[in-house]
Amino acid sequence: MSLDRSLNPISPAAWTPAAARHLALRAGFGGTPRQLAAVHESGLEAAVDAFLKPADPPAAPEGLDPDVVTPPSEEERRQYRRLRGEDAAAAREAAQRRRQQQRRNDRRMFRDLQHWWVERLLDPPASLHERLVLLWHNHFATGHRTVRDAYLMWRQHAMFREQAFDFAALAQGIVRDPAMLKYLNNDRNLRAEPNENLARELLELFMLGAGNYRESDIKEGARALTGFSVEDDEFRFRRFVHDSQTKTILGRSGDFDGDDFVELLLRQDACARFVAHKLYDHFVFDVGDDWAKVPRQRQAVIRSLGQRVKRHRYDLVPVMRELLTSRHFFDPANVGRKIKSPPQFLVGTVRSLNTPPRRTQTLHEAMTQMGMTLFDPPSVNGWDGGRAWINTSTLFVRQNLATYLITGKTPGEPFDVRDAQVSGRHDPRGLLDGLETSRRDDPQAVVDHFADALLGPHVSESRRGALYAFAEQRGRGPSDPHALLGLFCAMTAMPEYQLC
Amino acid sequence: MCTDYHPLSSNDRGADDGLGFTRRSLLGAGLTMVSAAATVPGFVSRAGVAMADTSMRVSSRAGVPEERVLVVVQLSGGNDGLNTIVPASRSAYHRARGDLAVGEREVLSIPNGFAGADTGVGLHPMLREVGELMGSGRAAVVQGVGYPNPNRSHFVSMDIWHTASPEKQGSTGRGWIGRAFDAAGHDAGGMACVSLGSEAPLAALGEHSRAVSFSHAETFRWSGADLHPAVAQAYDAALDTPLTQGASSALDEDPLAFVQRTALDARAASEKVRKAVAGSAERSFPGSSLGRQLEMVSKMIRAGLPTRVYYVNHGGFDTHAGQRFAHPNLLRQFSEAVSAFQESLELSGDASRVVTMAFSEFGRRVQANASGGTDHGVAGPVFLLGDPVKPGLWGEHPSLTDLDDGDLKHAIDFRSVYADVLGNWLKLDDAAALGRRFRPTGLIRDSA
Repeated sequence: MSLDRSLNPISPAAWTPAAARHLALRAGFGGTPRQLAAVHESGLEAAVDAFLKPADPPAAPEGLDPDVVTPPSEEERRQYRRLRGEDAAAAREAAQRRRQQQRRNDRRMFRDLQHWWVERLLDPPASLHERLVLLWHNHFATGHRTVRDAYLMWRQHAMFREQAFDFAALAQGIVRDPAMLKYLNNDRNLRAEPNENLARELLELFMLGAGNYRESDIKEGARALTGFSVEDDEFRFRRFVHDSQTKTILGRSGDFDGDDFVELLLRQDACARFVAHKLYDHFVFDVGDDWAKVPRQRQAVIRSLGQRVKRHRYDLVPVMRELLTSRHFFDPANVGRKIKSPPQFLVGTVRSLNTPPRRTQTLHEAMTQMGMTLFDPPSVNGWDGGRAWINTSTLFVRQNLATYLITGKTPGEPFDVRDAQVSGRHDPRGLLDGLETSRRDDPQAVVDHFADALLGPHVSESRRGALYAFAEQRGRGPSDPHALLGLFCAMTAMPEYQLC
Repeated sequence: MCTDYHPLSSNDRGADDGLGFTRRSLLGAGLTMVSAAATVPGFVSRAGVAMADTSMRVSSRAGVPEERVLVVVQLSGGNDGLNTIVPASRSAYHRARGDLAVGEREVLSIPNGFAGADTGVGLHPMLREVGELMGSGRAAVVQGVGYPNPNRSHFVSMDIWHTASPEKQGSTGRGWIGRAFDAAGHDAGGMACVSLGSEAPLAALGEHSRAVSFSHAETFRWSGADLHPAVAQAYDAALDTPLTQGASSALDEDPLAFVQRTALDARAASEKVRKAVAGSAERSFPGSSLGRQLEMVSKMIRAGLPTRVYYVNHGGFDTHAGQRFAHPNLLRQFSEAVSAFQESLELSGDASRVVTMAFSEFGRRVQANASGGTDHGVAGPVFLLGDPVKPGLWGEHPSLTDLDDGDLKHAIDFRSVYADVLGNWLKLDDAAALGRRFRPTGLIRDSA
């Protein structure tokens, strides 16, 4: 079977309910069977337009304090010097106490920020926008454990949110982003003592990718970035430590600064292709970061997509529109064959089963146990993604998270499915909407109704058999609310459910 | 396994509850299942398990003694090395530590005939069992272990120890154990490294390798199975139905096949682990958290899981205040737990194949602070325990007068200890794991 490499739109006939499900899972976080049907009914173009609509900026987390971590004020410094003259040990102690207090406050604020994002993720809709924010967080990976200032992490997050559809603005923003400047030590990048950390990652991880620059470009880029620093939570250009001499970067010479460096990189074809590669990995198929390991046919698609990125000057709205309506995107080799990331798994389960609200703290812990601590990627490389999300222990975490979302049961807690609350607007029978009333007593019809939505195209007839058997044996019929919850738990535990 | 499984229309059995059971009969069945899971080994007789079992078997590689096990004990928070291996005979120590200092008469001296005896340095009195292990030739301590340009942040320094990359401040995102397994292509049914705790340690994170992590064996399983036997059965039946060829493509390995394999591995590993820890231990363990963790590890080792590295945690060492009470207690818990663990290994006949290593992300400053505690410092001791180690106190105790801005100077790079346990003990490629060759500390017996 050969892969359809065309970025032309699919034919109207190819816009099936299964295609609508694919779009909803990839551009967003999926939905209930009824919502998936609505996506289908709206038609491909309208559906894609709806996904592409940016979300309004959310309200900032409560209790956000810009001064959670601050250097000592002039007055505090004076006091410190006075005390040091009298009792050096006590002075040091007092300074340390101050630092420790700030750390404690910062950790508390950081936890609130993490919880805020979990809640925001669960807060519908504007899901493509949210998916892009997650992508940029992973792409321009910055970790709180190094930055140690929750306010700066929030600032960066707000920037990702504001510029989510514009890669050029993101790149321009990131070299002036206080959290990133601290994370990669550019606040210590001085004319006399250049620090190459940020320059290297801009070339290797953020904009061009290995093989598209030379070692000398790192050195010269670092010189351009000298003086791009942070003061009082804000970007600050420190003219006196900036190297204003001529630099030669990627064959061009000039008195470049950090902004010029980014502009030079944006003009490279390699940069447009690199962005296309990222989008492809995030939205189409888990190809990984290593270009050499991407199959040739997929490389060809990424190249064409890169040309679109270039043509639209990094405006991702038209690029994503083309990608999400393309024949390649809907090729069977790309449908139901991508590993869900932890947020896709968490949010997708909530959205597709309309589960009751659960404890944010527990959901955040589950995210961490699935391998993704928000605002704290393991390194500047971000999370590996794809198959790296799945191993024997994270698989149990995923299964148990789904069980918790569906029933409220936590692992180790003795819990009978019939103790789960099923009243009000979270009654699982509401999810039968879209299945004719007359068929709601038909076990196979009920299972198929949910298997098509939750498990997708690759759940075989023989594996459905196990689910039919379950539904057929339910004393109160397959549509009994507790029987449905049991069915959902079994389905979300299946390997097929890990894919989207 | 569900012998009293009742299909529907059991109306005559009382009010039907929607899942085909009366509530009473289900509760009965549920209880039976729970106890069966705990005691009867027969519950592994399902087809899927037999299938998965073959993937659990460790393939033998020439020259790799795969029965050898390393247990890593992480002393989190920054263990006060000076009050662990105590230079009680030195006046500089008493001057710096004041009330916190351990008296010269109280310390446990290094047994005669062992390295480090007669150096005026001894073990903290709460390390009685560790001293006894040393006396019987099963405990070694390396002093003054650290790395250049030490970082005093818990996070950063811990990351540095986990990634073995002081040069990059621990930011590589890959751990020393994970890289060693990557290089060896170790998988062991996804169980090469088992970590007790809810989060997998960075140390075990490789490109392909990950730790299995759980805090209780009960969380290392699918909890949906508790909801109702019929739910468990539906899942098992689905998982045991082979995949049919889906819309696979010649381009890429089928992701569904990969998840399916992992799911079978997970179910089999879960059953192995839970079966292993369900039995009673060879001896009683202390009730501390570390004691419970090591008790579980001893059972998993005894059960012969294919795991090469176990990772456990003993926290609370960040003694900025009230160290007088907190620190001795932590040392006592450590000493009692590792001693019970060692004895348990002897009883089960596994002692010759297990080495335990204990480390902390940093030591404390030499000078006590004004709150009856100590602040973040640098170098500290590393423990190596087990039959295969060369017993004694190794390395020089760091000087208390030749300080680096009030901190001890490290003498031995921690990667030399890693090189020893990786290369000489597990026979893995230490240079690949550590980025270059480090001279091993040489504390594994030559016969091992």
